[in-house]
Amino acid sequence: MTWDLLSDNLIYSAIAVYVLAMLAYAAETAARVNRGVEVTAEVTAEAPVAVGAGAPAAAPPSRVAPSSSTAGTPGARVGAVGSSLAVLGLLLNLAGVVTRGLAAERAPWGNMYEFAIVITMTAGATYLALLRRQPVRDLGAWIVGAIVLTLGLAVTVLYTPAGDLVPVLDSYWLVVHVAAAIISGGVFTVGALTTILFMVRQRHDARAARLGRTRGRYAAQLPTADTLSRVARGAHVFAFPIWTFAVIAGAIWAENSWGRYWGWDPKETWAFITWVCYAAYLHADATTGWRGSRASWFALAGYAAFVFNFFGVNMWIPGLHSYAGV
Amino acid sequence: MRTAVILLSLLAVAAVPGSVLPQRNVASDPQAVVRYFVQHPELAPWMDRLSLFNVYGSPWFAAIYLLLLVSMTGCVLPRCARLWRESRAAPPPAPRHLSREPEYASLTTAEPADQALETAAAALRRRRFRVRIVGDEVRAEKGYLRETGNLAFHLSLLVLLVGIAGGRLYGFEGRVAIAEGSSFTNVSAEYDEFFPSVWTDVEGLEPLSFTLDSFDAEFETDPAKLGEPRSFDARVSYESEEGSGTAQVKPNSPLDINETKFFLTGHGYAPEVTVRDGTGAVTFSGPVIFLPSDSNFTSDGVVKAPDAQPVGLGFQGLFLPTAATDGRGPVSAFPGPVDPQLVMTAFTGDLGMSDGTTQSVYTLDTTNLEPVLGEDGSPLRQPLAVGETMRLPDDQGSLTFDGVSRFANFQVAYDPGKEISLVAALLLLGGLTTSLVIRRRRLWVRVTDTAPAEGFVAVEVAMRSLTRRQLPAGDLEAVSLALRGPDTPNPSPSTQTHTQEPNR
Ligand code: HEM
Repeated sequence: MTWDLLSDNLIYSAIAVYVLAMLAYAAETAARVNRGVEVTAEVTAEAPVAVGAGAPAAAPPSRVAPSSSTAGTPGARVGAVGSSLAVLGLLLNLAGVVTRGLAAERAPWGNMYEFAIVITMTAGATYLALLRRQPVRDLGAWIVGAIVLTLGLAVTVLYTPAGDLVPVLDSYWLVVHVAAAIISGGVFTVGALTTILFMVRQRHDARAARLGRTRGRYAAQLPTADTLSRVARGAHVFAFPIWTFAVIAGAIWAENSWGRYWGWDPKETWAFITWVCYAAYLHADATTGWRGSRASWFALAGYAAFVFNFFGVNMWIPGLHSYAGV
Repeated sequence: MRTAVILLSLLAVAAVPGSVLPQRNVASDPQAVVRYFVQHPELAPWMDRLSLFNVYGSPWFAAIYLLLLVSMTGCVLPRCARLWRESRAAPPPAPRHLSREPEYASLTTAEPADQALETAAAALRRRRFRVRIVGDEVRAEKGYLRETGNLAFHLSLLVLLVGIAGGRLYGFEGRVAIAEGSSFTNVSAEYDEFFPSVWTDVEGLEPLSFTLDSFDAEFETDPAKLGEPRSFDARVSYESEEGSGTAQVKPNSPLDINETKFFLTGHGYAPEVTVRDGTGAVTFSGPVIFLPSDSNFTSDGVVKAPDAQPVGLGFQGLFLPTAATDGRGPVSAFPGPVDPQLVMTAFTGDLGMSDGTTQSVYTLDTTNLEPVLGEDGSPLRQPLAVGETMRLPDDQGSLTFDGVSRFANFQVAYDPGKEISLVAALLLLGGLTTSLVIRRRRLWVRVTDTAPAEGFVAVEVAMRSLTRRQLPAGDLEAVSLALRGPDTPNPSPSTQTHTQEPNR
């Protein structure tokens, strides 16, 4: 079997395994949602009491997984299987990327198909790395779902056979610039999904506080809003300098090949918009009164700009970057 | 900060229309704005008044970023001053209730009170805290670099503005197409297009000249990606004040002569032709640049022989590196010169080149010209292979297709602000990373009771983060350990650790 055929097969296998991981995660969530309403409702109701009981104003550490009370239940075991499958999917994804590189004899991120299979890898790796330190398995179904969707698009719409690059793309700045963009993209993806879960949870909490009872059984069993907001902020804070570096590396590369480091080409413009949105997010998050869900909208706007730059600009807006090959 | 958020949002929104509407100063397609005017004759002039075809140079876009920079400077300079004061004064006193701090420990030590404070201070200095002992407490703080990074980051934006302005005010850009064997001298008149800035020294361009010795291009022959470019390679010999030599110019690898850079951005074909007039004399000979109109290099061009006798000659037509035909006529099927053909129509008459008006070398003004007709009465149009000659009826002249050379497009750029922008970018990245990675925190040690038990002193240690990130592990533990001593039994250890995020 040739390297490129092997690579294609590995990517297909990765999709299959990721789908299984997604199903396992969904099953875990379903199990928890079904059995857990009263339990979690109790926990939320208890929390203020604990604070009132004279402990220092600090909330109890939110590091503890909310699902710890349910650890060992069949649902949790299915979830653990989901994580193992996600690891396996990630390894297959990685192998697919490496063999693609061997097939093309260059860094395997030179066209949209390749960006897609690499970004799913960085998103998956970010999620699994987070999972070792934070109780964020609820993210699993969504992250893996997004990965499956992206890989599905990659093998159907975006697919291009492995091959050489057009001469302008043949530069080590490409390797550096795109690698940074893809890494930050993967982390931003995790940040955006966590932000959405945070907003869901926060709305749920607000409603519960107002009405004294909880609807929304899914939201009730998510990690606390505090945890989710901390994880989301951490992801954004981690990814933002890498994205900044990606933009700078892109500018240096543009100077190298076109003689100007910034020309407001659509791709550059949307990279700028993405950057400015995330900068606005960081500011909003440091502004009293804006922290929380209002700041979150800026992060989501940044992510939307990132995704549009990746898909929309390549496909709909003509520009110097369009040769990237769909 | 609210102002920053609002202005940043405005900036993001303001950048959008320029990516959707055609722009005058964006390189991709210079004709796009003109086409837009044709398609939207009513709307376009209004949009033009709002600078919508020049968004990034428009007054309203400039207003947003200048406001942002002004408000940023106004916000950052006081913070600079404060950081300067803080970094010279003692860290602030301990709050009254240390146990309310996010990290807290109370312990007892066998050392006398002032000795215990010295021990704690030494441990903190080893961990690179700034430390002062005041009365019965130790005040320590660490992570000033965070704020320094944040300030460096924000101020780097001003440096970046200077760098950008340098290029916008003193630099220039230009484009020139040069055929194999031809030369170029760096004066503004030799450029096909020349875009100076306000203060460009147009008369004083870098003295240099070069000749395009050869140009090679390779294309993919694998059917799946047939015709994709694979390598371009221009070889030039140049002369400048710094000396002369030869160079290889490729994509991503420009010819750089003392900051004036020549980038290879495109290429095409320049068929070599010889035109003879009615008297049999050669009135034109050499390569003629034909502009490619599709990715297989179907190219349009004209050949002009205004001085031909008895009547001026002009030719207009196509060059096909790999000749083929589709429904609409001759086209090229592959970008490489597999089966080159020249398909020309001839005109006779006054080419209008002696009346002083400037004409494009790529178009033929046919208003005063007569098409040369063939035997069937339609314009004469004859495909030529290399070596073939097209003879015009009635001995009006001939055109011979001698061979195929190529031309290369060079984008020329001179940007004296570039280095400043690069420094700004590095400062920006370094400052940003520092400000996001470093965690600024304060730590206090206080002696609360000098004799809780015979020979012991009770001490409280507390720590607070000044950033929204969690405190790093280890600081509090290190102080506690130093106070207790590795082998002193600790009669009543009580350590609480909160991981609460402090609000600032
Ligand atoms: C109106 C002008 C501005 C003001 C008042 C301002 C103020 C601040 C302040 C006080 C911080 C510290 C926040 C913190 O420590 O979390 C900060 C952080 C930051 N600022 Fe600005 N800034 C301004 C303009 C800008 C601009 C124009 C940018 C870039 C586009 C920018 C990007 C950032 C970033 C990325 C951070 C780091 C956020 C963080 O530390 O969480 N700022 N800014």
